[in-house]
Amino acid sequence: MPRITLAKGLNAGLRAAMEADPKVLIMGEDVGKLGGVFRITDGLQKDFGEDRVVDTPLAESGILGTAIGLAMRGYRPVCEIQFDGFVYPAYDQIVSQVAKIHFRSQGRIRMPMVIRIPFGGGIGAVEHHSESPEAQFAHTAGLKVVACSNPIDGYWMIQQAIESDDPIVFFEPKRQYHADKAELDETVQPEPLFTSRVVREGDDLTLLSYGPMVKTCLQSAEAAAGEGHSIEVIDLRTLSPLDMDPVHASVRKTGRAVVAHEATVNLGMGSEVAARITEECFYALEAPVLRVGGFDTPYPPSRIEEDYLPDLDRVLDAVDRSLAY
Amino acid sequence: MSENARHPSNGDFGPDLGEVFGPSHADGGPELVQLLTPEGERVEHPDFTLDLGDDEDGAIRGFYRDMVLTRRIDTEATALQRHGELGIWAQLLGQEAAQIGSGRALRPQDFVFPTYREHGVAYCRDVDPLRLLGLFRGVDQGGWDPNEGNFGLYTIVIGAQTLHAVGYAMGMQRDGVVGTGDPDRDAAVVAYFGDGASSQGDVNESFIFAASYNAPVVFFCQNNQWAISEPIERQSRIPLYQRALGFGFPGVRVDGNDVLACYAVTQAALRRAREGSGPTFVEAYTYRMGAHTTTDDPTRYRLSSDLEHWKLKDPIARLKAYLTRNGVADEDFFAGVEEEAEKLGEHLREGCKALPEPSPLSIFDQVYVDQTPELAAQKVGFAAYLDSFEGAH
Repeated sequence: MPRITLAKGLNAGLRAAMEADPKVLIMGEDVGKLGGVFRITDGLQKDFGEDRVVDTPLAESGILGTAIGLAMRGYRPVCEIQFDGFVYPAYDQIVSQVAKIHFRSQGRIRMPMVIRIPFGGGIGAVEHHSESPEAQFAHTAGLKVVACSNPIDGYWMIQQAIESDDPIVFFEPKRQYHADKAELDETVQPEPLFTSRVVREGDDLTLLSYGPMVKTCLQSAEAAAGEGHSIEVIDLRTLSPLDMDPVHASVRKTGRAVVAHEATVNLGMGSEVAARITEECFYALEAPVLRVGGFDTPYPPSRIEEDYLPDLDRVLDAVDRSLAY
Repeated sequence: MSENARHPSNGDFGPDLGEVFGPSHADGGPELVQLLTPEGERVEHPDFTLDLGDDEDGAIRGFYRDMVLTRRIDTEATALQRHGELGIWAQLLGQEAAQIGSGRALRPQDFVFPTYREHGVAYCRDVDPLRLLGLFRGVDQGGWDPNEGNFGLYTIVIGAQTLHAVGYAMGMQRDGVVGTGDPDRDAAVVAYFGDGASSQGDVNESFIFAASYNAPVVFFCQNNQWAISEPIERQSRIPLYQRALGFGFPGVRVDGNDVLACYAVTQAALRRAREGSGPTFVEAYTYRMGAHTTTDDPTRYRLSSDLEHWKLKDPIARLKAYLTRNGVADEDFFAGVEEEAEKLGEHLREGCKALPEPSPLSIFDQVYVDQTPELAAQKVGFAAYLDSFEGAH
């Protein structure tokens, strides 16, 4: 079985989707000859041609706006936004058009589109290259939002997202692209796309995360185990809709929950998750649900980004505070 | 601020733009394509000829009928808004020729991306005008099937639809329905927008994408001189059609109140697009004789003398003058059209009030193709809440 990185998993998933359905198109800046600045679309234009792997002018609204027209014509565009901080020129087309066309047309027009966004920090980049805007899209009715955290999920989730008839904003943890490898066993059927998953079992506290922070949370749980604390870790995977049943089941068992993400805490995904846990598991809670995340500041210069990003110690600090209640 | 302070000279960078390109306004300028003068006289143009098939007179009578019925849709809807039956209405008074001329140049396989004012084009695409009223009454957000008459939904965000149009045209290219040489197969897209939209980033990006991929699209800009209260001079220092050159495709300014010229120019542009020669910019030079919408008050920002000036160029009056003077139509014809307009008015007045009210629970139904469990639960909860009121059943 091949051992693959997240970048390879996404690349193989895109290839499989393009082979399965001739209507699948890839659009974006530098996605063709170059294979994308992260090489996620490497080799695809060579094999599928310039009409299916489309190098676009450097205009994000133009990419999304033309993808809408292509979707109306029956195509399934997969748009690459080069970096998280560059999605905003396309924000209007995503929020006002992509998200609303099915509703506005009373179901007559579908938007089977995937908007891929590399997100998160930790790569020492200049500004606008390390942001986590996922809550802004999860807040928008009509979009679905998912985030992969590992190579195997990358491979399957991108194919499932492309198969979806609803528009999906697909977040990819860029600092994991070329990091860890995992064994891909294609005979193992993937879980449905809109499901969260327990990735480490435990009894004392539930640690919730997605995307790049899943790895940090697993490391935190390992460290906590050394101190005698049994931490359950859940990879949320889907941010809109949220799949809360496994979360509620876990919190009813542990009585404590901490949510971690790189995005700013204020009105971040953690706020919504905390509110829902409180509504559903109020009598099971031994402590308030705590949130760990980026500070409510712009993303800082890279020399101090490790101070901004929640790391193992900041997660454990929240875990300790929860356990101390 | 002096005129010079607002429009500085170009210094060492060459002559003033106004000298090179001409001003952005002033009755259309010498490049205006016209086939019918404001007085209703047929004139010829070296580049654009009128091709209406075997029954030219019948086709021109048809244009007249279309424009009268379109104006009736507009006046009835305006009246319905005044009577409280519509929340708002976007008036097209004065733009009938631009819309009917371009709309009648379309073939069934072409696709239209409208703004929210293309009531005449909707009529050409056989969209029941009652469906248009639904949006302005607030019973839906577009009650027609875009794939039935190949007429997209009205788009409120200014200019956003021009990108959709280019993407759709790129889809046509991939579907192999451009440049095949088969007139019944080759297709193109028309993107409608206005002078105000020409300032939007999306419109300019749509020009770039269309040029880059040589997409089969006609950019049909109705320059009605006003973006609510902002005059065309605030949007452009040069005539809009000349912008096309900078993007790498041709632009033409047509008399937007001349239905024959609008037809001929759009037909030529569509032919170009369908045969695979790429995009064209058509600036239909016209005037918004009414308000921006029924909530607007143009007396606050423009002179009534301007309106009087443009009334002399009325698109319907000039075609009626032509039909009468040349004996192309008789009194029976005009009476027949009037009778049809009356019937259409009745259809709208009665039909508008009978439009079914949406059910509150329908809010949840078309957000997604695959309903989320969250939304399904919200619907159940809201239904139970509504049922909890006394006398709910």
